[in-house]
Amino acid sequence: MSSSNAFSTQGAAVARRTPIPPPSALPAVVSRHRKELGTLGVTVPFFAYTACFLLAPTLIVVFGAFSSADGGFTLANFRRLAEPNTLAAFGTSVLVSVLSALIGSMVGALASYALVIGSRPNGLARRLIGAISSVLAQFGGVMLAFAFIATLGINGVGTMLLQQLFGLTVNPNWLSSMPGLVTIYSYFQIPLMIIIFLPAVDSMLPQWREAAESLGGDTWQYWTRVAGPILAPRFVSSFLLLFANAFSAYATAAALFSQRSILVPLMIQGAMRNEMDVNQQGFAQVLAFAMVVVVALAMLLSHAVERRAGRWQ
Amino acid sequence: MAVTHASSAMPKRNESSGADGAAVIGSTSATAQAAPKPPQLRAARIRRQNIIKTVVLSLTMLFLFIPLAAMFLFTVRHPLSGRWSLDAWRAIFTGDGSSLGADLTVLWQGLGSSLGLCAVTVALMLALMVPTMVIVHIRSRRLERAIEWVATLPLTIPAIVLVVGLGPIYRWLSADLLSTKPIWLCFAYVILVMPFAFRALAVGLNSIDVKTLVEASRSLGASWPRVFLRVLIPNLWQSILSASFISIAVVLGEYTVASLLGRMNLQVALYQLGQSNSQISTAMSLLALVFGVILLVALDLISGAMRRSKEQ
Repeated sequence: MSSSNAFSTQGAAVARRTPIPPPSALPAVVSRHRKELGTLGVTVPFFAYTACFLLAPTLIVVFGAFSSADGGFTLANFRRLAEPNTLAAFGTSVLVSVLSALIGSMVGALASYALVIGSRPNGLARRLIGAISSVLAQFGGVMLAFAFIATLGINGVGTMLLQQLFGLTVNPNWLSSMPGLVTIYSYFQIPLMIIIFLPAVDSMLPQWREAAESLGGDTWQYWTRVAGPILAPRFVSSFLLLFANAFSAYATAAALFSQRSILVPLMIQGAMRNEMDVNQQGFAQVLAFAMVVVVALAMLLSHAVERRAGRWQ
Repeated sequence: MAVTHASSAMPKRNESSGADGAAVIGSTSATAQAAPKPPQLRAARIRRQNIIKTVVLSLTMLFLFIPLAAMFLFTVRHPLSGRWSLDAWRAIFTGDGSSLGADLTVLWQGLGSSLGLCAVTVALMLALMVPTMVIVHIRSRRLERAIEWVATLPLTIPAIVLVVGLGPIYRWLSADLLSTKPIWLCFAYVILVMPFAFRALAVGLNSIDVKTLVEASRSLGASWPRVFLRVLIPNLWQSILSASFISIAVVLGEYTVASLLGRMNLQVALYQLGQSNSQISTAMSLLALVFGVILLVALDLISGAMRRSKEQ
């Protein structure tokens, strides 16, 4: 006890004997500038890289949309957006995205709620379903198309089962019809919703329900007055994210249809493949530009909703 | 004190024995008498919730698993003759598709370039993001926000749009600087995986006190490379791993960029093979999917084990 005391006073004495020189103002400023420059310097590779492979392609699309075949400024490319073909493709794309996002968000939200109630956060079922969901949400489009061709294609297992058991014939074009597309898209939307909505349901405290009950509320009142308003913003922003996700999906549709361009990404594909025709290049860029506008609007809206929700929490 | 104790013990007793629990409530305290609902009602609600839970989860899982099961059946049963055989799987594991009249070279070529792309993309992504994110996390809040915005931007720009803009860039790159080998797709893929990798790394950075760690090791005389290799990376190991795994999953599933730029990767090969032999390509898809699930479950187990070892 006493020795440690002696040691500490000695230490203090040493510190007093060699005073730290007062930091002069000038070097401090210089070193701070140097530090800031150093910080910027380390980020240079990151920003240079994203400029080359993210900013440049985006700018090429944007400028390309507004330039004519000989390089001058033009709005002629946009005229082709109003053609009935293009409008129909946009209509189909939006409809498929909205419907699959609606189904995906509702089923996914129900499933996340079912996963949370009455189970431990680190339970085996939840961890397994989490891993499976993240794989299925990333499920490569081509593989997804194969899965549904194997199920409901002309020689699909499901088609044959229905035929043999109930004598039902599945229309071979069902997969490429609107209900078929919505079903296929829902297949990756539901797992995505589970991934992004599970944390929101998880943060609901059981005490809130107990509080509602002790104040005399029933289940209906709990959902409409407490849980609903808390979960609603997150639900809306997830729905918008799902919409953007479906709207930009390309691979599944490309693997399902080899010829028809009924969705916007397929139209872009068609325009890109026609490289002989210079006007087609501009058309691909206009379509891409319009897609960015739609997706960016959905994402902006989603951010705005999230921020509003953040204010209450 | 006594009241809170009683009320916290109450639910447990109710669960174990209904009638007994009711008697205890009646006798213990005033708060229990004021509770609006008898325990039977709560038990009924829990039972109802369990029914809802089972129904919803089974239906969802059914929808998700039927196509997978159909995929498997499709690979072992010849669709036209109805003959059962493991030929498709044998072809994949022996590497010889001649029994089914399929040429598998395109598949191995695609798989090879996809695996190579995984390695290069992950390496490039880590080299680009880890040092930048760490420095910015310590030094500048503003730059950190800027980097977050840039790194999550690819979520707003669909891959197909990126391809339209990347077309001219890649035409120039492959004609004047590099070759048309598929491995150069890694430049585009780093952008595609960036939002996911950023999220994973940000979680890791926020869970440890980077600033203190760096200051402590710098004041003890460690150089910056040493701080990175010996202090920060071991602490960020878990999130580096999860960023890498999610990147691998994305790269293995990528089709849009490769197919439109005319390069070969696993998905493009699967699609081409699917035109001639759908059984083998379906079997390979299923295999890729199982590999993805194994990857993520492994990640889950590893992070669980690391968390436990940290706590000890």
